[in-house]
Amino acid sequence: MPTPTFLAELSDRLIYSAIAVYALAMLTYACQAARRSPAVAHDVRQMEHVAAGAHTGRNASSPPRTVVDRATTEGAATQRLERIAAALTMLAFVLHLAGVLTRGLAAGRAPWGNMYEFTAAATLAATAAYLAFLRRQPVRDLGVWILALVTLCLGLAVTVLYTPAGDLVPALNSYWLVIHVAAAIIAGGVFTVGAAATGLYLLRRRADARDTSGQATRGYAGRLPAGATLERVAHTAHLFAFPVWTFAVLAGAIWAEDSWGRYWGWDPKETWAFITWVLYAAYLHAQSTAGWRGRKAAWLALAGYAAFLFNFVGVNLFITGLHSYAGV
Amino acid sequence: MTERTGALARDAVTEAAASPPTGDALEDGAVTARLEEAARPGVMAMPSRPTGQGLLAWLRWAWRTLTSMRTAVLLLLALALAAVPGSLLPQRGVAFDPGAVTRFLADNPVLGPWLDRLGFFEVYSSSWFAAIYMLLMVSMTGCVLPRAARLWQSARAEPPRAPTNLARLDEHRRGNVTAEPAQVLEVAASHLRARRFRVVVDETSVRAEKGYLREVGNLVFHLSLLVLLFGVAIGSLFGFEGRVIVVEGASFTNTRLQYDEFTPGPLTDAESLTPFSFTLEDFTAEFEMSGPQRGSARDFQAEVTVLRTPGGVAEEDTIAVNHPLQVDGTKVFLTGHGYAPVVSVRDGRGQTVFTGPVVFVPFDGNLSSEGVIKVPDAQPTQLGFEGFFLPTASVDPAAGPRSLYPDLVDPQLLLTAYTGDLGLADGAPQSVFRLDKTDLTQVTSGDQPFARALVPGESMTLPDGQGTLTFESVSRFANFQIAHDPGKEIALAAAVALLLGLTVSLAVRRRRIWIRVTAAREGGASTIEAATYALTRRGPVPDELSSVLAAVPGAEPAATDASPHDRED
Repeated sequence: MPTPTFLAELSDRLIYSAIAVYALAMLTYACQAARRSPAVAHDVRQMEHVAAGAHTGRNASSPPRTVVDRATTEGAATQRLERIAAALTMLAFVLHLAGVLTRGLAAGRAPWGNMYEFTAAATLAATAAYLAFLRRQPVRDLGVWILALVTLCLGLAVTVLYTPAGDLVPALNSYWLVIHVAAAIIAGGVFTVGAAATGLYLLRRRADARDTSGQATRGYAGRLPAGATLERVAHTAHLFAFPVWTFAVLAGAIWAEDSWGRYWGWDPKETWAFITWVLYAAYLHAQSTAGWRGRKAAWLALAGYAAFLFNFVGVNLFITGLHSYAGV
Repeated sequence: MTERTGALARDAVTEAAASPPTGDALEDGAVTARLEEAARPGVMAMPSRPTGQGLLAWLRWAWRTLTSMRTAVLLLLALALAAVPGSLLPQRGVAFDPGAVTRFLADNPVLGPWLDRLGFFEVYSSSWFAAIYMLLMVSMTGCVLPRAARLWQSARAEPPRAPTNLARLDEHRRGNVTAEPAQVLEVAASHLRARRFRVVVDETSVRAEKGYLREVGNLVFHLSLLVLLFGVAIGSLFGFEGRVIVVEGASFTNTRLQYDEFTPGPLTDAESLTPFSFTLEDFTAEFEMSGPQRGSARDFQAEVTVLRTPGGVAEEDTIAVNHPLQVDGTKVFLTGHGYAPVVSVRDGRGQTVFTGPVVFVPFDGNLSSEGVIKVPDAQPTQLGFEGFFLPTASVDPAAGPRSLYPDLVDPQLLLTAYTGDLGLADGAPQSVFRLDKTDLTQVTSGDQPFARALVPGESMTLPDGQGTLTFESVSRFANFQIAHDPGKEIALAAAVALLLGLTVSLAVRRRRIWIRVTAAREGGASTIEAATYALTRRGPVPDELSSVLAAVPGAEPAATDASPHDRED
């Protein structure tokens, strides 16, 4: 059986390796995005419009099957880059996962007992959510952004937030730590995918609105998936993450009742969890409200994500409260 | 059977067809219908100003506006914004630092009183915060209840007739069948029934609907928010919260007078608290001995003897963090600990006028503590002592006396002394942790204030024979928070219902399927048309339509029509 010290060192090295591979994956995604030349994108979109026109036409009895295979139009090189990027992301994810697991083994508990560990676990959840979406949804354009965030956060984690593996303060010594924090981590990971898709949706939408000529939108935004597709991805992510976040908040309340004698006390962490919840609830309602769908709803979702991030970073670092022991 | 285009191509179709995103989609009938379905009654028809004259028309308009989805979104946004200042400004009765508001007021003499007047130090009990969530609850109830009524109606009604143009719906297939139309319909119907659709078969079509549970979940979610609020209200009306410090060897009896701090609700019966008592026999604390987290707490335990009823049997129990003591509905939580130096004081006459532990309040993580010792019975003059207790003493030239480690490695008591009138006689309440120095004179030796650092067993004698203080030993004390919340079971039940309702309402897709068979003309094959329509923003369930058609006998592959609103999921 390896010693805790060995496991802790192994965990640190795995995390460092993961950061390096994440950075490579991010660069590969960036190259892939850059290589898709505007001209090609233009052609694709025109042909898509042709295809779409045939479909929107009500003469549905003989729809022409001339849908363009995007992959062939975009070129084999771009496609190869995309596959390399996905493979690198997978590799980084495995290293990252191993790093988090060995950390947990080294400390002999759930590996999210302080801010460093929470960052490592939450970024792992974000990558996991991205990879899970990648299997079923057109989210590869989110890759560069999500990986940039993951690389940045992990980099900050090992430089600024780093805490050696160790025991916990008594207040955290509860099985609710596993349940409550794990739910928050999972929700955070999927919210990240939702936020990235929402951000790109807003970019794409703005580009579409500017482009009144009917021509294909140029530039980066023009090569993104259609607004409706991005919106749908974001909606799916939020639909999944919202109940998980609700569970995290409720589990936190139950734990608080057991630990501090009240289930809700407007501690800053609780308050920001509540704000996050309310903003995402507003987003879900806005999605089915005429006049709020689309742009306004998207901003609500981004506000929810900002509140989530602030709850983790700002509340831990700038505001003192009962959750401060979870700090750096 | 019917063919499906490749996933990649479908993706391209979806993306292209749906672009531009919402502009033309909103004009489309199917999407508008879905919006109407998802929104509440009155949203689409909501007049921008009162129609007609008089109070009634105005009231109707106000109610419709309040219960509209748009208002709900705005209220949610307002609620989120209103909750922000409470996390940034100190709050009365919320912050774990009770002096924070007073300090903030002292530091901000101009802005502070205005913020106070506007309720910014009690945000979560302020009238404007309450106004927002009460309006939200009313808005929500006004929306959800009519919706529940419509659910009841639609659950009893048959699924609606097929629209004339099935091709406009989310997913649409068309093909030929050789089998008898009636047989085709019957097979399709039983296939759908087996999948728990509500199915009605008429002469030429099958109509089916599924996913009513979504509406039920939605209803349960929203109503359980009301129940949750009710539980919270019960708790804050009838419950209480109190704090008490108990030194090792001392007892606590659950009556109002024994609390150091007691916060009852407006309707709490503070005279008939659960009559239990406990004695703190021993308190143990363990700390990290080495490494970068040296000094971090690792384990606290309070060994207590509990009398659950007066005159009952004494039971041994342990109260620890995350492990409260529970007596009936009252819970006792361990929230903190510190040191109480045991001292004895002899006065100028040589009589022992005080002996016992004195609580010193910790002010940092290494349990550097400060406190006062008041000796009102001392003669000829009353005595007061002020100073620090340090479990592991060091005196930093810059920061002053500080403890280096929270455990008792080198305990020292650092005191200065005062003589005169402690100010206890006039009956005005004063803090046990502070000396009222108005009528006190600091004891000096030479021209320096008299100050001594004592280790356990040591004594100090004041100049001019005014008295002697002996530092006998060190006891520990524990902070307990005692709470009774009669609403918490209601709140918990509501929370469980809320989560279930929410998950169901987001996971279940309500959708309709129509199958129509047009009989053959002069010996040719009959035409079968199938379409599905999602009543939720998520699209129809993938492959559900295909599986119905696969079950139909004698069908031939034919064209697939992915309509513009086809969304794969």
